[in-house]
Amino acid sequence: MTQLKLSDVGKTYGGSVEVLKDINLDIDTGELIVFVGPSGCGKSTLLRMIAGLEQISSGQLEIDGQLVNDVPPAQRGIAMVFQSYALYPHMTVRENMAFALKLANKGKAEIDAAITRAAKMLQLEPYLDRLPKALSGGQRQRVAIGRSIVRDPKVFLFDEPLSNLDAALRVATRIEIAQLKEQMPDRTMIYVTHDQVEAMTLASRIVVLANKGIAQVGTPLELYERPNSEFVAQFIGSPAMNLMPGEVIATGTQTRVRLEGGGEALSDYPTTDSDMGLKVNVGVRPEDFIETDEAMLFEGQVDITEKLGEVTLLYFNRTEDDPVIAKLPGVHRGMRGQAVRLTAAPDKIHLFASGQSLLYR
Amino acid sequence: MHPAILGLVTIAIGVGGCVGYFYLSNMVLDHVIFPARGPNAGKNINRANQIRPWLFLFPALFALCLYLAYPVVETLRLSLTDRDADGAFVGLANYTQMMSEAKFWEAMRNNMLWLIVVPALSTAFGLLAAQLTDRIRWGNLAKSLIFMPMAISFVGAAVIWKLVYDARPAGTDQIGILNAVYIWMTGAEPQTWLTLPFWNSFFLMAVLVWIQTGFAMVILSAALRGIPEETVEAAIVDGAGPMQIFFKIKVPQIKSTIMVVWTTITLVVLKVFDIVFAMTNGQWETQVLANYMYDKLFRSNDWGVGSAAAMVIMLLVLPILIWNVRNARQEMR
Repeated sequence: MTQLKLSDVGKTYGGSVEVLKDINLDIDTGELIVFVGPSGCGKSTLLRMIAGLEQISSGQLEIDGQLVNDVPPAQRGIAMVFQSYALYPHMTVRENMAFALKLANKGKAEIDAAITRAAKMLQLEPYLDRLPKALSGGQRQRVAIGRSIVRDPKVFLFDEPLSNLDAALRVATRIEIAQLKEQMPDRTMIYVTHDQVEAMTLASRIVVLANKGIAQVGTPLELYERPNSEFVAQFIGSPAMNLMPGEVIATGTQTRVRLEGGGEALSDYPTTDSDMGLKVNVGVRPEDFIETDEAMLFEGQVDITEKLGEVTLLYFNRTEDDPVIAKLPGVHRGMRGQAVRLTAAPDKIHLFASGQSLLYR
Repeated sequence: MHPAILGLVTIAIGVGGCVGYFYLSNMVLDHVIFPARGPNAGKNINRANQIRPWLFLFPALFALCLYLAYPVVETLRLSLTDRDADGAFVGLANYTQMMSEAKFWEAMRNNMLWLIVVPALSTAFGLLAAQLTDRIRWGNLAKSLIFMPMAISFVGAAVIWKLVYDARPAGTDQIGILNAVYIWMTGAEPQTWLTLPFWNSFFLMAVLVWIQTGFAMVILSAALRGIPEETVEAAIVDGAGPMQIFFKIKVPQIKSTIMVVWTTITLVVLKVFDIVFAMTNGQWETQVLANYMYDKLFRSNDWGVGSAAAMVIMLLVLPILIWNVRNARQEMR
């Protein structure tokens, strides 16, 4: 069931600076939607518009079928977890969590019950009477989450909640959030991050934002396996997908491309006769390359290797326009300076023409 | 010599003297007393570094002792001597005499009233002005206007407000705005506001509130700006209205700044002199401690009782001063 509906939503500052336009998105009850995008793409602005902290310049936002463009944040049935936690520094953990409920004139017993339940869920029971400054970063983050849980909102909004935590704690808290979602399957969550690992691991669907709009919406694996544009292809996955220019030389249910570097690639992307001679970019993820002695897609001399133990990264053409990175499993010694031939399976080869995927024409 | 030139010469000598002192004394320390060479070079460098702070602090310490510490001790001594007995030691006689004077208790009572009313109103108005001028286009202009009285001397302000309270005989045109408004509203006879006991003290307090509101506003405005915006947004999402955000989120977060502003104004109030001196000179039951002290010291020429009054003022100021300094230090951490 559609719970959140954004129709042609746009945001303009000062009448002329457009940061978002024509955002159309349906979010179902119980989904965990992640907004990702490069910094400045407006993902936080979009979240704040849903929260009601930013005015919606154009378009409509509906929650549960009700137009909420001009409904104050507190009455939208949402709760928000801020990047800096935004705990009230002069209130104890308990008071922080009780604040919204007191404002809503809830009874004392009800407030206590809600706090106890949230504190138990987040293991905050020993800290209820402490001030935020006496807590660690991870604990503060949990209080911020607890503050949103006690209100029992329909939609949770997370604005880069893990970006102030150190790497180890980030992983732990990420898993906690995933577990939290499992405990509340009927609650919708919208999560903003620039960290694609968070996006890939948490999301039921990812919304990639770029150029003031939505680049692609889909499950994490859809975005990984079938990106609709070079932008999404390179944004999802690390190191980014390699793009190598070439020309279509055979069409059909499979497409054959001759690469400018001399190699040939066979892709499962279907093409028609009119595509003959089309200039395309062949996209291969570093981890999809396989070493070969036979017909190859790419051949080059290894400039640099990075041995990470589980994988080895090979860098080619580093100083040229189209650098190529390959990620081979395991440890490979003495590769530097060697000529290497690489190929990839047809289902791992993506084709893009003028930035757009040939799959989504 | 032309006074302006004289002033410039004085400044040149003063600044040059300071620079010369620091430069020369440092050189003497490093090159003559503990030279950084010879068999004891390392030891000498350490010794010189230990002495250097005291060398640089000396002028300030000397001036403080001469103009602050010595007068305190001397005032204490004078408060224990008698002018009639040619400066003989009389113990606490001056204090007893002072305690038996009705005017002293009037001054004490008025001072306490000032102490409650002025800091409270100044801080409240300052906070209100800071909040209302926050984040609006002409806020800075409004702030400048409210801050302007800070630039006026207390005596100047007293003269301005004397005109506000001015009274002319009934039937003639009033130049005092308060009487003008009063007559226009009630049609009654003009009042000589500064001679109405009890209320006149509040008319005097208004002057200091008018001056100190600007100070409170500037400090509190900076504190308000320092509140993390996200806590306010979190409160909005939590359902707090403007009043609740102000009183439950903002004010508690700047509580320590409010206390510093409050106590700083309290210190000013405890020493208030110029306003009372220039407007009523303590008549019509408006006496305050500082003016009482001045009366005794320079009009009655009774240095004994005058010094005793000065000691009382100092004793009252001291605890607040200590608290304030401590608090300010904690703020800085």
